[in-house]
Amino acid sequence: MEAKRSWKDLPCGAIIEDLKAVLDNKTGAWRAMRPIWHADKCISCLTCWIYCPEGAIIVKDGKNQGIDYDYCKGCGICAEVCPKKVHAIDMVKEEK
Amino acid sequence: MASLKKLSQNSELFSRGHRACAGCGEALAVRQVLLATGGQKVVAIMPTGCLEIFSSIYPHSAWQVPMIHTAFETSASTASGVESAYRFHKKMGRIKEDLRFIAFGGDGGTYDIGFQALSGAVERGHRFLYVCTDNEGYMNTGIQRSSATPMGAHTTTSPAGSKIPGKRQHRKDIVEIMIAHDIAYAGQTTIALWNDLVTKVQKALAVDGPAFLNVLVPCPLGWGHPGAATVTVSKLAADTCFWPVYEFENGRYKVNYEPKEKLPVEEFLKPQGRFRHLFTRPEGKAVIAELQRHIDAKWSLLHNKQDKLCTP
Amino acid sequence: MILAKTGNEAMAYAMRQINPDVVAAYPITPSTEIVQIFSNYVHDGLVDTEFVAVESEHSAMAACIGSAASGCRTMTATASQGLALMHEMLFIAGGLRLPIVVAIASRSLSSPLNIHADHSDSLASRDSGWMQFFCETVEEGYDTLIQAVKMAERTSLPAIVAIDGFILSHCMERLEVFDDRKVRDWLGPYKPNWNLLDLDRPILVGPATLQDYYFEFKRSQIEGMNRALPVIQEVMKDFREAFGRSYDVIEEYRCEDAKAVVLLMGSACGDVRAAVDALRKQGKKVGMVKLRVFRPLPHGLLRAALGRFECVGVMDRADSVNSFVGPLYNEVAASLYDAPRKPTLLSYVFGLGGKEFTPDDAAGILEQVLAGKKDEQVTYVGVR
Repeated sequence: MEAKRSWKDLPCGAIIEDLKAVLDNKTGAWRAMRPIWHADKCISCLTCWIYCPEGAIIVKDGKNQGIDYDYCKGCGICAEVCPKKVHAIDMVKEEK
Repeated sequence: MASLKKLSQNSELFSRGHRACAGCGEALAVRQVLLATGGQKVVAIMPTGCLEIFSSIYPHSAWQVPMIHTAFETSASTASGVESAYRFHKKMGRIKEDLRFIAFGGDGGTYDIGFQALSGAVERGHRFLYVCTDNEGYMNTGIQRSSATPMGAHTTTSPAGSKIPGKRQHRKDIVEIMIAHDIAYAGQTTIALWNDLVTKVQKALAVDGPAFLNVLVPCPLGWGHPGAATVTVSKLAADTCFWPVYEFENGRYKVNYEPKEKLPVEEFLKPQGRFRHLFTRPEGKAVIAELQRHIDAKWSLLHNKQDKLCTP
Repeated sequence: MILAKTGNEAMAYAMRQINPDVVAAYPITPSTEIVQIFSNYVHDGLVDTEFVAVESEHSAMAACIGSAASGCRTMTATASQGLALMHEMLFIAGGLRLPIVVAIASRSLSSPLNIHADHSDSLASRDSGWMQFFCETVEEGYDTLIQAVKMAERTSLPAIVAIDGFILSHCMERLEVFDDRKVRDWLGPYKPNWNLLDLDRPILVGPATLQDYYFEFKRSQIEGMNRALPVIQEVMKDFREAFGRSYDVIEEYRCEDAKAVVLLMGSACGDVRAAVDALRKQGKKVGMVKLRVFRPLPHGLLRAALGRFECVGVMDRADSVNSFVGPLYNEVAASLYDAPRKPTLLSYVFGLGGKEFTPDDAAGILEQVLAGKKDEQVTYVGVR
């Protein structure tokens, strides 16, 4: 994470040029509840993936890889939308 | 028909690390809309509001596409300027690629303060997609009523008081207003119906002119439900026909989602704290009845208009 | 080529020669004709401009910002209520450091409604981070608008170029125009600092900032305005070399041995010149200081120029209703505060709402200024 800039180092006009800097903001720190993903039960229907407001479900080649805990806010939508018959996600309390 | 597997190969153009509340419907809608653009070069515009605040606090931008924010009522007017600049560059041969412009706006920036700019931009025929992320209130300033707030809802400027139980008016029908502009494509959808949303975004981007999408996005804080229920509540909105999911394409209406079982409006209202007073107070019954009457009347009107040519 | 043009025609003519990439405009008296004439140019294919007939001035400035942020040389024209409606957007254009150039036909602000000349509209937006130029003649308006495009792009600051409503905008004067190609070549292409439509360098324009960064961005913007004056002077010099007509930030008329002078902006300078000549014939040592650039405030030049007079009458064509003095007086007084020699300053407010102002009125003011004192703090000239 870069140190805060001096006014002399700012761009001319209020703009943001580094679109990756947002990744410094690890919103996983917000969690009160944590989703636990059961890989063995998951059928990679990707329902949780399309409904995660953070994009914190990791998918590679159409297969679910799990949860990016650096950014997951623990909202619980994934557990809610996972098909009832599959039940691959449980919400538990976040332990610090 | 989109597939999640295919969609999952598209770039995530709205990055994690944004500051939306856990379970934010608006963040989800923006993520879904941008996923739907897959492969097309997009430039985005947004007004002041929740989205702007949670996606662009210096030095963090969640947007992985070019984005401009100017003021609150200016999403469509700023987009008009950007699109005109693009037309100029193309005319002069300085830009060869096809760019697509998506102007976002909440219900505040779309139905109310940004209404004039939206109407002007659509009337002038700029080629852009306007996506309204409608959470039925001015949420960023702490849940105030907008003209998109449903009748009976508690907001801080239409509180469930002892004399007046919540907002007194029905919601404004923004899609009808867009249709009255003879727009080539307008649609209403919600985040729970990702396939419908993605299809609509793709159709809208193909229009050579303005297109409008109204996306219902629950706000856990403003609506009074847990973040986990965001998608469920938006599905109930569609299943109760409180939120008709339909499109207007080349002059004709088409209902895109017919609930297997049309649920009574109570099913949509019950999970939300903003409607709780309608169930705990005797005067609430009349409001619920009026909401149901209104829903049924609009649902019926919509079906009557289907397939008829409704544009000059 | 020598023509007879009204101020609006001259501004539109300059715009045609500038050939901006995008113009987003809305009509308002007395600037409407600038937009109308320009629309004719567009529809007759005489310019390459993308013209956006927006539905209000607020949208005009929003669209101008969108366009300028997207790598396009962008202009518009407005006045009075229109400029007032743009007010919040002006600050945004300033903060984004976009070189938008706006022609203004200076007009008073309601209420009551009045369509005639005064400087209230531009001065009401003096804190928005825009350069502001006030012109005495139609020809000066034409020249200044052309210069302003270069000044704006070199300083990355937006600019207003004001001609008095009706007095200049609708009155025909002699105008010697330059060759189209010469103007175009002198300006050259617009080279933006950044471009929203540069897909290779995607950016976010207009972020939110918290307490940790807002002030730093503002400090940077302030520095931009702090450095503008030498750039303005350089462009004026460049203009003189290219086109032969000479301009300065402050211009003095018969001040060499003047005891007392008036300081003002805009078309009334013409009336004051006539009065100065008449009084000089009587042997009275009076002169006029014409201020052409209000923003950036040339405080150093004002301090240097005004210190040597015994008395300066500051003539405001606006009032900021601060229960004290007019906006120009305020700025002049502040400029002089640290001067080793300070003239007596007298405050005049004149010409609001197009109130008739004649050389006789000017002579009256000059006499008073020569006397070096008056009874009331502020003289409201010509008010019944």
